[in-house]
Amino acid sequence: MSISVTMTVNGKTRKGAVEPRTLLVQFLRETLGLTGTHVGCDTSQCGACVIHVDGKSVKSCTMLAVQAEGADILTIEGLAGAALHPMQEAFRDNHGLQCGFCTPGMVMSAVDLVRHNPNPSEPEIRDWLEGNICRCTGYHNIVKSVKAGAAAMAQVGGDD
Amino acid sequence: MTEPDRHGAIGTPLRRKEDLRFLTGHGRYTDDFNRPGQLHAYILRSPHAHATIGAIDSVAAMESPGVVAIYTGADLAAAGLGGVPCGWGITDKHGKPMVEPAHPVLAQGKVRHVGDPVAVIIAETREEARDAAELIEIDYGVLPALVDAVEAIQPGAALVFDEATQNTCFEWEIGDQAAVDAAFAQATHIAKLDLLNNRLVPNAMEPRAALGDYDPGTGDYTLHTTSQNPHVIRLLMGAYVLHLPEHKLRVVAPDVGGGFGSKIFHYAEEAIVTWASGQLKRPVKWTADRSEAFISDAQGRDHVTHVELALDDKAKFLALRVSTIANLGAYLSTFAPSIPTILYATVLAGPYTTPAIHCAVRAVFTNTVPVDAYRGAGRPEATYVVERIVDVAARQLKLDPAELRRRNFIPRDAYPYQTPVALQYDSGDYFATLEMALEAADYAGFEARRKLAASQGKLRGIGISTYVEACGLAPSKVAGALGARAGLYEAAEVRVHPTGSVTVFTGSHSHGQGHETSFAQVVSSGLGIPVENIEIVHGDTAKIPFGMGTYGSRSLSVGGSAIVKAMDKVIAKGRKIAAHLLEAAEADIEFKDGQFSVVGTDRSKSFGEIALTAYVPHNYPLDELEPGLDETAFYDPKNFTYPAGAHIAEIEIDCETGVTRVIRFTAADDFGRIINPMIVEGQVHGGLAQGIGQALFEHTVYDKASGQLLTGSFMDYCMPRADDLPNFDVSHNVTLCTHNPLGVKGCGEAGAIGSPAAIMNAVADALAPLGIGPVDMPATPEKIWRLIQSHRTAPAAA
Repeated sequence: MSISVTMTVNGKTRKGAVEPRTLLVQFLRETLGLTGTHVGCDTSQCGACVIHVDGKSVKSCTMLAVQAEGADILTIEGLAGAALHPMQEAFRDNHGLQCGFCTPGMVMSAVDLVRHNPNPSEPEIRDWLEGNICRCTGYHNIVKSVKAGAAAMAQVGGDD
Repeated sequence: MTEPDRHGAIGTPLRRKEDLRFLTGHGRYTDDFNRPGQLHAYILRSPHAHATIGAIDSVAAMESPGVVAIYTGADLAAAGLGGVPCGWGITDKHGKPMVEPAHPVLAQGKVRHVGDPVAVIIAETREEARDAAELIEIDYGVLPALVDAVEAIQPGAALVFDEATQNTCFEWEIGDQAAVDAAFAQATHIAKLDLLNNRLVPNAMEPRAALGDYDPGTGDYTLHTTSQNPHVIRLLMGAYVLHLPEHKLRVVAPDVGGGFGSKIFHYAEEAIVTWASGQLKRPVKWTADRSEAFISDAQGRDHVTHVELALDDKAKFLALRVSTIANLGAYLSTFAPSIPTILYATVLAGPYTTPAIHCAVRAVFTNTVPVDAYRGAGRPEATYVVERIVDVAARQLKLDPAELRRRNFIPRDAYPYQTPVALQYDSGDYFATLEMALEAADYAGFEARRKLAASQGKLRGIGISTYVEACGLAPSKVAGALGARAGLYEAAEVRVHPTGSVTVFTGSHSHGQGHETSFAQVVSSGLGIPVENIEIVHGDTAKIPFGMGTYGSRSLSVGGSAIVKAMDKVIAKGRKIAAHLLEAAEADIEFKDGQFSVVGTDRSKSFGEIALTAYVPHNYPLDELEPGLDETAFYDPKNFTYPAGAHIAEIEIDCETGVTRVIRFTAADDFGRIINPMIVEGQVHGGLAQGIGQALFEHTVYDKASGQLLTGSFMDYCMPRADDLPNFDVSHNVTLCTHNPLGVKGCGEAGAIGSPAAIMNAVADALAPLGIGPVDMPATPEKIWRLIQSHRTAPAAA
């Protein structure tokens, strides 16, 4: 059985036919070809698939594609404008990534944190990122990146 | 090497060139590749740890929607496929080769661990393949399962392979046993300890994937795979499994999301999708889910060790005696035999002058996932043994553990230093790194902090670990003598384009290490051109001359040295061209900061002018010199490199919960010359997280009765999270490697090698006031809480 879904992805209306069991992350990766969102586990633990759904960070493996009908989706591919988003720039400046696989989820999660909490402390950052696993960095530089990214977002008005 | 003082030079923390694509979602990992007409493979795996395979009924599955083909072990045998080869052979202590059982791509006759691949279902979609797999009926005859290596060698234990008596693959030893026995007989003091080195699941965040693509027009095969060494995969899979020559088989390892060793090895799925794409004349893709990774990626560590250290009356180490049982799992993974032997026992000297060392290793098959290299690979296990027993000795002798180490360090003027376990250290200064770490950790002020914590009902402890590792694998001749079935050099091609930009093809592979940046810094420094004009290409057998890949912290010391060698050839040819253009003798041409100059004059030609001349040879010595500027070099290292350092952990235990928090972690390491300090620090951070993960969180548990993996997901296997770890204090001392042109030693594994013993020595230090003896990893809250409870209620005199 195939179901038609329509949603806004990175500012554009996108349609597709999915199975009832198709996960949102599968729809993004396989139907729309947006492979920046990654799948690192099958128990919704790792956070590599974090995107924004209607402005909130969501693990896109925890939603069915049909549940996103009519939603406004932002993926890592849509985060940068003409220049990198301040959070992306902060990860680059502070070596907040190595293999890059967890990075899209980390960045999308961090942007949502700073929207909730414009000036997060280090424990608050570490607590927020508990749902994003990184095997490369030991988190040291990710925490540093998020702090720097928060400061940079405050300067440009926290907008993305 | 020239070192111009500008952005991108050696030693500057240049931002990474590769980050832009990763930060914008444009990285290209294997699962991101799709081909027109692509089919999807699902691997049906054994649900049993040990069973005979009877009839396999796949009739209903074949009729399931979308299914194109189903293959079993019998089908692959009929097609003439070879087994998964092992790349390292060990000769046992009696001079006999190790027991090397067959390792079929799909199980034949018997399954030997939960996750052993039994059949492959290929369908139009991944879901259809998975649905069909549920319809396959297999008549398993369940056999007793063995998960514990010590139980596996007991008389009467079930056999994983009939040909491996008492499940033993080999018994191997190194060192002078008689000298060790004599030293122990004269010892004033002997420290003894039994240790477990817990089994770990590497868990790179990108699950393994493979995409096979056969071109019926040319008969060429292309495999995209999550590999740390695509040329090694081409060699092993082509020569041993599929019987395909190299020129018809291209292996691409594109962006790879972490490896940590687990993506070195040739895995069955790579051969399956490549072969099946040829059978079906359509691309075939397989991507593991995380549950599958837990039961199919090679795991790490799993040693049971008894260690004894003999000391004289001045607390000088006289001898070290080590006996280890290593669990190899159900099959020999690619480099498995080398890990608990060559990469383990040879580093048992550590930074110490211990004159006599003997180590006996028994490697054992069990019904568990195969064990192979995981970050550090043997060297974390060895460092853990040495640094734990040194601390036990210090405690028994009531000596400061820092002082006991100092007393036994190899003196600064003793290099080259020959250890009693084969290695010859070229350079180092273990006093310097220890003093740096002690100062940074405020070791002197610790007792005041312990008292303060105690006043708040917490137990504080401090622990030191020092290490020397052998990296930069390896001189091919030495590796060959030790059982390697391949050379361990590295290749590089430096292709200078007509307008002076450069593409470098390296046999090393980056899966997080940032080679595209640090290698570009090496080239920028060597050729005097901006990093923007340099592209580093890796991971494709169709582009790169050859390569042995990335593991053992070898990329810069071996791969980088190959690049330097190729650059030397480019510069040598450039000097000839410059001599012709400048009408000077070649001997009078010097190359510095991107300029070929006549010594003592202001006459010079830039690197770009020379490149253009090489490709537009109108005024050119064509009688003596070929046009073009494109050089290839192979570099075979002269020795291992020997990174070293000192790690100090300060931890605090909450007696009410048993939770151990890392308050402070200090690492002072010596990696030789540092190309990009930002990247080096990042490598150390990541290694520390994995080492601290081993010490406090991670543990692979199999059910003893059924052989089921109980820690088979991120819900059950405790991966370190952001809120589990502290910030790290990382610093460096530099003694140059004396035998490679960059003076580099390697930094990728040090964090995982030094940190577990530092944490566990700190835990032991915290618990000592309660009379609690050594604790095995991981120091989980439950384990620590139970120990505290039992010692609180125990009678004081016990």
